[in-house]
Amino acid sequence: MSAPVIRRHTYGSRGDGVPPFIGVVAADRVASLVNVNDVVCVVKRNDVSVARSRGDYGAILTDWKSDEAPAWIGALSRPTLFGAEHLEHLNDGDIVRLDFSRGLARTLYRVGSEHNTIFITDQCNSNCLMCSQPPKDIDDSHLVQEHLRLVRLIPPTTGTLGITGGEPSLFGSGLVSVIQACKEHLPLTRLHMLTNGRTFCDRDWAQEFGAVQHPDLVLGVPLYSDVAWQHDYVVQAAGAFTQTMLGLHNLARFGVRLEIRVVVHQQTASHLLRLAQFIYRNLPFAEHVAFMGLEMMGYTKTNLKNLWIDPVDYQDSLREALLFLDRAGMHVSIYNHQLCVLPRALWPYARKAISDYKNVYLDECAACAVLDQCGGLFKSGERIHSAHIRSIKALSV
Amino acid sequence: MDAREAPAGKLARFTFYPPEAYRKKPDEYRLLPFRFTRFNSDKYLLVNEAGEFIFLGRASFRRFTAHELHFQDVDYDALKTKHFLWDDTASPLLDILATKYRTKKSFLRGFTKLHLFVVTLRCDHSCLYCQVSRQREDRGAFDMTPATAKRAVDLMMRSPAPAITMEFQGGEPLLNFDLIRFLVDYSEAQNARVGKQIDRVITTNLSRITPEILNYCREHKILLSTSLDGPEWLHNANRPKRGDDSYALVVRNMETASAALGREAVAALMTTTRRSLSHVRDIIDEYVARGFGSIFLRSISPYGFAVRTKGSTGYLTPEFLDFYREGLRYIIDLNRKGIRLTEGYAKIILTKILTPFPTGFTDLQSPAATGIGAVVYNYDGDVYASDESRMLAEMNDKTFRLGSMHENSYDELFRGEDLRSLIRASVNESLPGCSDCAYQLYCGADPVFHHATQGDPVGHRPTSAFCQKNMAIITELFRYIESDDREVMRIFWSWITDHTLGEPEECLLP
Repeated sequence: MSAPVIRRHTYGSRGDGVPPFIGVVAADRVASLVNVNDVVCVVKRNDVSVARSRGDYGAILTDWKSDEAPAWIGALSRPTLFGAEHLEHLNDGDIVRLDFSRGLARTLYRVGSEHNTIFITDQCNSNCLMCSQPPKDIDDSHLVQEHLRLVRLIPPTTGTLGITGGEPSLFGSGLVSVIQACKEHLPLTRLHMLTNGRTFCDRDWAQEFGAVQHPDLVLGVPLYSDVAWQHDYVVQAAGAFTQTMLGLHNLARFGVRLEIRVVVHQQTASHLLRLAQFIYRNLPFAEHVAFMGLEMMGYTKTNLKNLWIDPVDYQDSLREALLFLDRAGMHVSIYNHQLCVLPRALWPYARKAISDYKNVYLDECAACAVLDQCGGLFKSGERIHSAHIRSIKALSV
Repeated sequence: MDAREAPAGKLARFTFYPPEAYRKKPDEYRLLPFRFTRFNSDKYLLVNEAGEFIFLGRASFRRFTAHELHFQDVDYDALKTKHFLWDDTASPLLDILATKYRTKKSFLRGFTKLHLFVVTLRCDHSCLYCQVSRQREDRGAFDMTPATAKRAVDLMMRSPAPAITMEFQGGEPLLNFDLIRFLVDYSEAQNARVGKQIDRVITTNLSRITPEILNYCREHKILLSTSLDGPEWLHNANRPKRGDDSYALVVRNMETASAALGREAVAALMTTTRRSLSHVRDIIDEYVARGFGSIFLRSISPYGFAVRTKGSTGYLTPEFLDFYREGLRYIIDLNRKGIRLTEGYAKIILTKILTPFPTGFTDLQSPAATGIGAVVYNYDGDVYASDESRMLAEMNDKTFRLGSMHENSYDELFRGEDLRSLIRASVNESLPGCSDCAYQLYCGADPVFHHATQGDPVGHRPTSAFCQKNMAIITELFRYIESDDREVMRIFWSWITDHTLGEPEECLLP
């Protein structure tokens, strides 16, 4: 019963050197409240209801091949991405980026999803053993202008927006301008940014970042050990622990709300209680601590022998750490764990946290009595997962 | 391979280094400031400047202090993360130790927060241990006047603290309720432009509450703190009153007051007398029976009538400690059985030991709270550095009188040399016997107590009852912590955080 994974890109024909275009999907600009120049008109060959000749869209995305497309499309002389393999995944209001030279239409924003995220950069100053999206050493700082355009197009009714990378803070003032734009255009949208916090060890930078005073922004910062070298090993960067700790304190000093994220794997599972005690003593201002399951993506597969541990085998350690923080009054959650691998005592802390586009369940799960409450698995976890996943029979009270 | 010699280019990202690449041998390590004690025959207890502690075996302790601990020793990492040692890779993290130290001392922020108003010395009780030398009910000369009350509130409003507490004391303050009403109304009017958060509490034996008084308390969110010494026979013996009905009155009136103001608005304190010593369980049972969620096992203070009646009420500190330890054990056992009851003094000390935060408890701080954390406005217009200071004054010792509300300015009272020299004698970081004590961070200083009992605000620690009592209680709590009984730690944390006791052991989904 693996749920169909939600499509977030499609390929079409490679085109000429027109710069990429970011716009809002609409079958007909008349139906849209968006400025016409921001509309990506989706023209489906088997759908004749599209207004054919009315005017100027920002760009056109179609499954017609360029050599067989109706003449009116060419007559509009708008940037057009021909030959799209898929269009069915797009809904009015989605925001897409058309990269004409690569023939790639990538979805940047999906209407109605609580998992929309701005990927600020592919660069990173760490190289974590279990990185699910390995960084690239490229200069993509020009993307800031695209992010700013994206923020302006996102509807202000959006509940939550993620900001991630790579390491977003490497963009410095560029990142500040994106968050500032969110504050202005999306004042009611909750922001959650993932960062390793290292660059904020520079107090002036932390102050500049805090000065944005976004009304609802939380930074999720990973911490893998209370012992510097153990953390540095996991993130593969000497000195990272010290920078992250100083960064967290600087951010707190300038009023930035913080969450600590601990990915549980072979390198962290044995010292979770010690780490929890360290967090309470040294980072009591963190408003949330999340213990997260491993995602089988990117580097994780490369380093699997040093990372994999069946979640069932660290439940005692997880439980001690979690109950300690809970008793000490900290807000604590478990992400990315299936209920059947958690002891009952930990169920109240389990959250459904896997982004909808990569969230699946196994065939085994079909008969489970608590399926509705369970967060399921990462798509990437279909093949490598706990050996103890089993459907739970009706609960005895 | 060394992580700092990373290959360049594309390959760099696909090269992963082993843990040893990040675990460098430091050139040397240095000790950060800490204090220690030999806790038992094979363990040392070390406490650092931020109140973090660690138990070390004897051999490990010797190696550590001799700078011979190997960097791959498991204790090395623990000592480093808890800020007992630092090496060349850790010096930036000293900033975090500084933040932790500031946090522990943040009770100093805001200056004087607790303001006590002695509205009358008159009382209808004649308690054996009375610390304030009450006067008979009909002697109006011992009442605070509105003019004095006004001046006291004006001084209180000068305090920089954004959140303060007004405590109305006696005698029996309800015998002069009109003045309490005046103080509340006047402070509310003054606060309209100052905008402090003001909590208010009346310390009362409850014998004189009326529906009118309770209505007023409800309207103005005033809390009540009363005395309950234990079961009826013990309470009445400690707290004689004409009619011998103190217990009946307090129990009935606690119910009435709780019904009117809410359970949380009525608290009770007990005082231990010689009679109490062999009845700690009965006293605790009384608190459970009356529905209280906490009890504070409090020793007698050597002031006022307590000194005169020493022969009949007093006891030696070791006798109190036996009483306390038995009580604590009994309270823990009750909690194990699911009866939620906190021991107040243990809660304060556990908060100091187990959390990164300070407590607002003014009797156990360094520097002491005298004047800078709490202040007393006496009925006669005098200002004292603490409740105990005015108790001493009633015994004709005005050493800790800071001045007069009517003759001295705020600056003279709160920034004068009298208060400064008192504070200087109350910094346990520099007091003989405290400066190298492992428990320094968890304890405090009490210059008034030492002046009263030893004739010197600094005092002599080896013969100090204050020291003896706190050393023993802190040690007892560390014994529990060291044995690391999961159930006991769960109970302790529930005290610290005021959380419910329930552990989600078999928690079902809704």
